[in-house]
Parts: sequence; structure tokens; C-alpha cells
Amino acid sequence: MDWWLPVQASTIAPQIDGMFTAILIITGLAFVIVEGGLVWFAIKYRARPGRKAHYTHGNVKAEYVWTAVPAVVCVGLGLVSNHYWTQIKGRDSVPADAYPIKVHAKQFEWLFTYAGPDNQLGTDDDVPEVRNKLHVPVGRPVVLEEESEDVIHSVFVPAFRLKQDAVPGMQIRAWFIATRPGEYELACAELCGMGHYKMRARVVAESKAEFDAWLAKAAQGDIE
Amino acid sequence: MRTHRMGVTLVAGLVVLCMGEREKNGTAQTAASGSAGAGDVAAQAGATITGKVKFTGARPVMAKIDMSDEPVCKGKYQAPPTKEDVVVSPNGMLANVFVYVKAGLPATYKAPAATAPVVLDQDGCRYKPHVFGILVGQTMSIKNSDGIAHNIKAKGVKNRPFNISQPTTMTTPRTFSAPEVMVALECNVHGWMKAYAAVLPHTFSAVSGADGSFKISGLPPGTYTIEAWHERYGAQTATVTVTGAETKTNDFTFAAR
Amino acid sequence: MTSVAATPHAGLAAHAPTSFWRKYIFSTDHKIIGIQFLFLSLFFLLLGGVLAMQMRWQLGFPGQAMPGGGILPETMAPGGVILPEYYIQLVTMHGTFMVFFAIMPLLVGVFANFLIPLKLGAHDMAFPRINMASFWFAFLAGSVMLASLFVPEGAARAGWTMYAPLSARPDLSGAGLGMQLWCVSIVLLGLSSILGSLNYITTIINNRAPGMSWFRMPLSVWSLFITAILGLLALPVLSGAAIMLLFDQTIGTHFFNPPAGGQPLLWQHLFWFFGHPEVYILILPAMGMASDIIANGSRKPVFGYHSMVFAIVAIGFLGWLVWGHHMFMSGMNPTLGSSFMISTMVIAVPSAIKTFNWMGTMWRGNLRFHVPMLNAVAFVAMFVIGGLSGIFMAATPVDIHIHDTYFIVAHLHYVLFGGSLFALFGAITYWYPKMFGRLMNERWGKIHFWLTFVLYNLVFFPMHTLGMGGHMRRIYDPTIYDFLKPYQPMNQFISICAFILFAVQAIFALNFVISLFRGPRAPQNPWQDNGLEWTLPNPAPHGNWERVPTVYRGPYEFSSPLVEEDYLPQTRKLPADREPAVLAGGAP
Repeated sequence: MDWWLPVQASTIAPQIDGMFTAILIITGLAFVIVEGGLVWFAIKYRARPGRKAHYTHGNVKAEYVWTAVPAVVCVGLGLVSNHYWTQIKGRDSVPADAYPIKVHAKQFEWLFTYAGPDNQLGTDDDVPEVRNKLHVPVGRPVVLEEESEDVIHSVFVPAFRLKQDAVPGMQIRAWFIATRPGEYELACAELCGMGHYKMRARVVAESKAEFDAWLAKAAQGDIE
Repeated sequence: MRTHRMGVTLVAGLVVLCMGEREKNGTAQTAASGSAGAGDVAAQAGATITGKVKFTGARPVMAKIDMSDEPVCKGKYQAPPTKEDVVVSPNGMLANVFVYVKAGLPATYKAPAATAPVVLDQDGCRYKPHVFGILVGQTMSIKNSDGIAHNIKAKGVKNRPFNISQPTTMTTPRTFSAPEVMVALECNVHGWMKAYAAVLPHTFSAVSGADGSFKISGLPPGTYTIEAWHERYGAQTATVTVTGAETKTNDFTFAAR
Repeated sequence: MTSVAATPHAGLAAHAPTSFWRKYIFSTDHKIIGIQFLFLSLFFLLLGGVLAMQMRWQLGFPGQAMPGGGILPETMAPGGVILPEYYIQLVTMHGTFMVFFAIMPLLVGVFANFLIPLKLGAHDMAFPRINMASFWFAFLAGSVMLASLFVPEGAARAGWTMYAPLSARPDLSGAGLGMQLWCVSIVLLGLSSILGSLNYITTIINNRAPGMSWFRMPLSVWSLFITAILGLLALPVLSGAAIMLLFDQTIGTHFFNPPAGGQPLLWQHLFWFFGHPEVYILILPAMGMASDIIANGSRKPVFGYHSMVFAIVAIGFLGWLVWGHHMFMSGMNPTLGSSFMISTMVIAVPSAIKTFNWMGTMWRGNLRFHVPMLNAVAFVAMFVIGGLSGIFMAATPVDIHIHDTYFIVAHLHYVLFGGSLFALFGAITYWYPKMFGRLMNERWGKIHFWLTFVLYNLVFFPMHTLGMGGHMRRIYDPTIYDFLKPYQPMNQFISICAFILFAVQAIFALNFVISLFRGPRAPQNPWQDNGLEWTLPNPAPHGNWERVPTVYRGPYEFSSPLVEEDYLPQTRKLPADREPAVLAGGAP
């Protein structure tokens, strides 16, 4: 069992993991101070005969310090977060040359339509409705054009640190660049009914040549 | 004492015999290939309507079903399975057409009690049978022979819709309470899986086989409206009159669109 | 602000009801109503736990027949094996019962009702009959929700968050009546909450004893005051949304259903606009009561009382500005994601202030670890973990990975169980003598505390790891996924610890019940506390005081140099104290 985050298979994975680690260090420090403090106080100031508590209503300077420090830390984290957030989710952030794949989510399967060699969806060379298999070329931006037929689903590829809800009535884009060839998994991350747990797709990140070969075979109906 | 017991046994035996007679008289037949009807009962007195369902025009090519993500099912096939919306034999006969008596039964007709359930099996990620008739109130045993997660959604209109899952090998009974042609059934995990249940107040129905043939037997005398229903090509009706124990033939032809 | 005139209400005892029905069932006495809420909520807490145990069985031992599962109908668990549609009912109803019918009424229904008049020196709430109605609406709402478990198609199953269109479309969810009853129940519960809030707010503003100025009110009352305002403003939004959902489900409207122009995201905005203030409703009273108990256990005034009040108000206010952080992945405009992220980061600050102030209260105190103090300190320790884990999900890029995983489940249970529930164990033990005239057993209280504390952490801390690995929520069978198979032993471990944790709660239940009859009779002020309630006999009589007391100081004058004892009640007059100004008017 892995105690840490999953393998990093996309360009943003190291960035997100970096933020995670930074937050872990900061909150870890706060944790040690608070929990350690509580335990230390519990032992050091426990009632013993003859002891009296120190009567005080507080200390304004201390209040300023422990208000300002968390505020600065939190706002700082917010600014860093926003930097990556706009890069990943910003409406204008999708690279112009991203390879489009339509994701049609339905109870309880994923149907992927691949743009054909013309790199455009909605044309005759599309490979339509491949079930539960997401093949992507490594090193090239891919944009998922998500739609849902019925209820809210969510595309979640842990290895890519990719998550985006697919909402009926909306066309939502989510993009990524796979960096590491291999087989990964895609799960539905929004409760969508009794078959929610079964909405699993295989994700294959492969070289451009392998991807083209697979796509050509899939176009013939020969899907492995 | 002994006489008393013998007497009881005799009477009991007589009662059983009588009931058996009544059952046999009451049960109608749903013969014909492909039907998983109310058990095969020996043909009784009554008329028979038989025929073939033909298909004219270009045979549509059924797409292959991509079962690559479901190895349990894929492994049950030698050749890749294809969709079964339209099943036409090489010599132009249409299978999976549901043929049934739509109108014409006497008002006094009462359907026999069903003796056995209709089994709807999920095998190889396909419903077996694909089209079938079932009596109002008869048990449909939904069986999961695949042992992988399926759900069964019944899109009844006159019948209460239901949506249940079978995550593993199991059998779930359901019944329908109102006549309805057709109640569409589907699996949402495997979008190609579709079946059609015709809920009828009688057992005079059949499903055309691979050779297009169907047979409905045991009909009381009368003038009947027979309907032939296909999931893509719609329904056609014909009128057939029977007077005794004769066999009448009525073919149907569906044209490619 | 106005104070209550100190005229004695002489005939109060004479007005006390005598028939069993008026005294215990249809009572307008805030203390009885509080106790009614207590029994109602504890029942639903138990039910919520039973549902959770079934979930944990399926997660720990997927597809295996559950011991005792044979009593469940075939539509839920044939042969004792939980079906997916039943699993998501369990998920939904566990959350629903715990949030709406256990924690919320325990914190608000019980303690707002019980404590507010007692701690303010009032005879009862401003509107006693409306108060009674508030309980009976909650009872009705709970009955409807309970009934929904038994309808033919089964209970609601779209999560306690009931996202549309799944919740609006029976053809997509497989549940019709169950979903509708959920909506009806929530509307009724909303009404109960709103009526209660009216009382709490009015009583706190109008019915304080002479000398009980705003800044002499205990923090428990402050937190209940802000909570009541949150409830008054938030529950109508939920009720409205639930009615819209009910209409979509039944009469063909399309608020949330896309084919005819509806917007699924509208439900989410409405739900979470309520939902976020709701989670502050679920924590603020716990914070307030913990403050009271920690001051008492430390024999010291609360450190930074005014900052604590400020923090409560700030949390209450900021809580309205953060709801979108539940919707970062929803397809909502990403720019909104940025703004909600900033407001969420900001709201961490008042909670941090409170944490340091609790520590400051204990610092250089003379710490008595009676059972309520143990639980209150554990509340601080566990709430901090929950609060810190919240930072991860507030950081939007990190939330991409951990949203809808067990990291969130860990977070919410650390604040709701580690936070609110531990505070409740402490509060129930603390005010038990006031309610029932007896003390709960101290030794069993400590055994229950330690076992619960250890097991609770063993159950919920590992969920952070599961979430980091990508383990999704609301998943019937994680073993479908290769990447989750390695976590199965952890799931099993969590489940086994959960079963033991649940069993251990029997200690608390038995302690509670047995002490009702066999507990030692409580002295008037068993915890040597300063609050007004401890100047009354145990249990407190109908009408509380014959003559409304006068307040001379704040509630946390422990170890004051003015007296020898290490506590100084608010109502004790010292030679140097002056009478407060008594204003004319106001209800007696």
C-alpha cells in the first residue's frame, strides 16, 4: 500500500504535489505546535494540591501575533494556489494545439470519441464512442470535451491529478499533458447512481506512434 | 382406522387428478422457437396460426460490440459479438419479431396461472432471450450468469418502472402487473444490452426464430388481430379467423429503411 | 440594550403544569423541550451509527454477507449481501440523519433550548409555545425521514447533498417516493429550525437578567446566538431548494433538469449557500460550550474573551462567503473558484484565533481533567486536525486531486465527530446534573472517553491516506479499481476499528441511562462553575427562578484574586459590586 500520493504522470502532477507537500509542512508545523502545546500544558499545568491558576483575561499582543501569522500564511497560500489554478482551469488556459477527445458520460460507462487525423472533433474521421478506454499520446496536450447524457459524473484520473465534473446541459473542457507512458485508471468521482462504482475506464498513455496505430485499428472497429 | 385412512387417500388422489385435468385444460400453449414462454405444454385442441417473417432490402450490417473492457463476457465468444437490433438470416428471414394476439379473444377467456417463471439471463453481457412474452403476474427471474455487475432498468409506462442492480451471480424475481407491449429493458453498465418484454394477459404469442418462423397454438375459435412487432421496424397487424382446430398461415414482411 | 426588569414572577410555581402530558410531552418548558430534543437526537445518532456500520461492512468485506443482514429485505441485501442501490441509500441516510437529526438538534435543539434561559437568568424562552412547536416539527420531520427507509423502492440515495438531476429523476436513480419524503422532511425540519432560531435570538436580545450585558454572556450563549442567526437565514434557502426539487420530482417543473432548460448547478449553489453556514451551525455551539468547559476545567478565565466573541461573529459572517469551495470541480466559472478560495483561506483565521485562545486558557491554569474537560480538550485537538486538513482542500489545485475522496471524508469527520461530538459528550456530561439531578459515572465516563478517542483516530486518520491515494467517496466496491486494491487491508482495518468504536458507545449509552436512575444525586454546583444555572437546584424547577437574579460580573472569573475559592459566580455580590441599572419594561 502506498502511503503517499500516486505516481506522477502529467505535467501538473509535480506542481500539485508540491503544493500538497508545502501545505503539509505548514499544517504539520501548526499541528506540532498546537497538539504539542496541548499535551505539554495538560501535563505541566495539571491540578496539584496547593497550586493556583494564573488569573488573566488574555494578552492583546499575543492575539495580534496569532491572528497576523495565520492570516499571512493563508493569504500567501491562496495566491500561490490561484497561480496554478488559473493555469489549469482557466477558460483560456487550454493550449490551442490540444488534441481533442470527447467524453460522453452516461450511467454507467464512458464513451470516448477521438478526433481523427485531422485533430478536429465532429468530422468524418472521428473514431466514435470507444467504451471505457482513454488512449492519449505522451507529451502532447489533450483536451477532454466533457458532456453528460443524464446526471452529473466526474472524470477523475488520479495519476494525472485530473478531475472535472461532467454536467448534463454543459460542455466542459479539461486539459492535461501526459508525461509518463503506462496504464492508469479513470474513475467517476461524482455519485451518479447505483452503478457509480462501476464507471471505470482504462487510461493508456503511449508514444505518438503507438497512439496513432491504436487509433487506426480502433477506427476499423478493432479495439483491444 | 385403516379404512378411514384409505378413504382419505382415495379422495385426496381424486382431488389431485381433477385439479390436474383442470390445469391441463386451462393451460394454453406458446410454442414456437425462441420464446421462453410459460413452459412448454403439450399442444391442445385449438387452432394454430403459423408463418414466417421475411425481410426485404439490404441487410443492415450490425456493428461489433466492443467488449474489450469486460473480459468475462468477451471470453464467452469465439467470434466478436455483434449488436442484435436487426437479425436477418442469409436468405432474408427476420428473427426476434414478437408475434401475438392483439385483439379477438372471447371476453370469457381467462389466462391460466403461470407454472414456471420466465428466465431472463444475462449471459455474455447479453440478455437471453432478447424478446419474450410474459403473463401479467408471472414471475420473471432475472439471472446474472456473468457474475459481473449488471443493472436491469425496466422502462415500463403502464407498469411501474424499476431499476435494480446485480453486482454478482444472483437471481432476482420481478413481476409485471399490467399488459404492456413492450416494456424495454436495458443495462446501463453495458449500453448495448437491451431486451423487450411483452406483458400480456394471455399466452398466445411467439417470437420468430433465426429462420423467421413462428407458431401460436391453442386458439379458441374467433377472429383475431395478430400483431408482429420489431424493435426497429415497428409493428404490423393482420386479421386471421379460425373456427376449429385448423392451422392458418400468415406471413409478415418488413422492409429495410 | 434592554435588560429584564427584576420583578419577581410570584405565580410561576402556581402555573406549573400538573398533568403528565402537559408536563413531559406537550411541554412549553424550555428545559423539557431541550431534553425531548436530547432523546430524539440520541436515537438518530444511534440510527446514523447503525447505517454507518453497514457501510463499513461492505467497504471492509465487499460482497460478503453481513452478519444479521438476513433481516434486510431482498431489495436491499439478498442473502445479507448489500446491494449497490442499498449502499448508496446507507451513504445518503447516514449523512442525512447525522447532520440534520443528530448533530444539529443535539447542539441547537438541546443546548440552545436548555441553556439560553438558564444562563441568561430568564424564566423561559420568549415564545414558549413556538418553542414547543419547534420540537414537534423536528419530531415530525424525523418520523418522515425514518419512514422513507421503509417505502417499497427504498430511501433517498443521491448523497446527503442530493445533487440534481440524480435526485430529481426517479428514472435515473431508481427511487421516487424516498427522494420526495427526503424533501418533505427537510422542509419540516427547516421550519423547526426557523421557529427555534426566532426564540433563541429574541430571548438573548430581550430576556437577559439585570447586569447580564452582552459582554458578560458566556461564550456558549454567544455561539448559540450567532448559530441561531445562521439558522434563521440559511434554513429557508434549503427549504426553498427542497421544495423546488420536490416540484421537479412530482409536478414536472424543470428547475434542475437540463432537457427543458434547468440547471444542475443551481441546486448546488442553493444547497451549499445553506450548506456552508450549516457546517458552522454544526461547530459554533460546540466551540462555545467547549470554551465554558475549558475555562471551568482550567480554573481560569477564557483567554481573550473579546477576541473569542469577535471570532464567533467573524466565522458566522464569513461563513456566508465560502460556499463555492464545495463546487470547485463542478464546472462553475473558474474565476469564482478563485474568489471562493480566497474567502475560504480567510475563514481559517478566526478558527486559528479560537484555537490559540483555548490553549491560552489552559496555559498556567490549574487543570482538572474531569470527564467534560477531557472531552473538551479532545475537541480542540481533533478540531484542529479537521481545520488543518481543510487548508488542503481550500487550495484549489490540491482540491483537484482530493475532492470527492476519503480525504474529504476524513476532514468532515474530524470536525463533526472529533469536534462536535466530543464537545457534545463533554456538554451532556457537564449539564446532565442540571437536567436530571444526578451525576453520570466519572470512571465509566473516562473509560468511554479514552476508548473512543483512540479508536476514533484509528478509524478516521487513515482516511487521509486513502484520499491521498485517490480513493473515491460513495464507492460500493473499491476493489473494482486496481489502484485501490492495495488499500483494501486498510479499509478492513478501519471497518474493524469502527465496529469496536460503535460498540464502545454502549458505555456512554449505559452510563447515561443507568445514571438517570442510579446515579449519585448531584450537589447544586458539582463543577464549581460560575454560570447562573448553577445557582438553581438540580434539576432546575419549572420557571427556573422565583426571582430573576442579578449579574455582577462575567462568566469566567475563576481563580479571581477577589475571593479565596477558585470560582466566583456571576450572581454573587461582593462588597465592591454596584447594582446594575434596571430599565423599565421587559418581560418578567
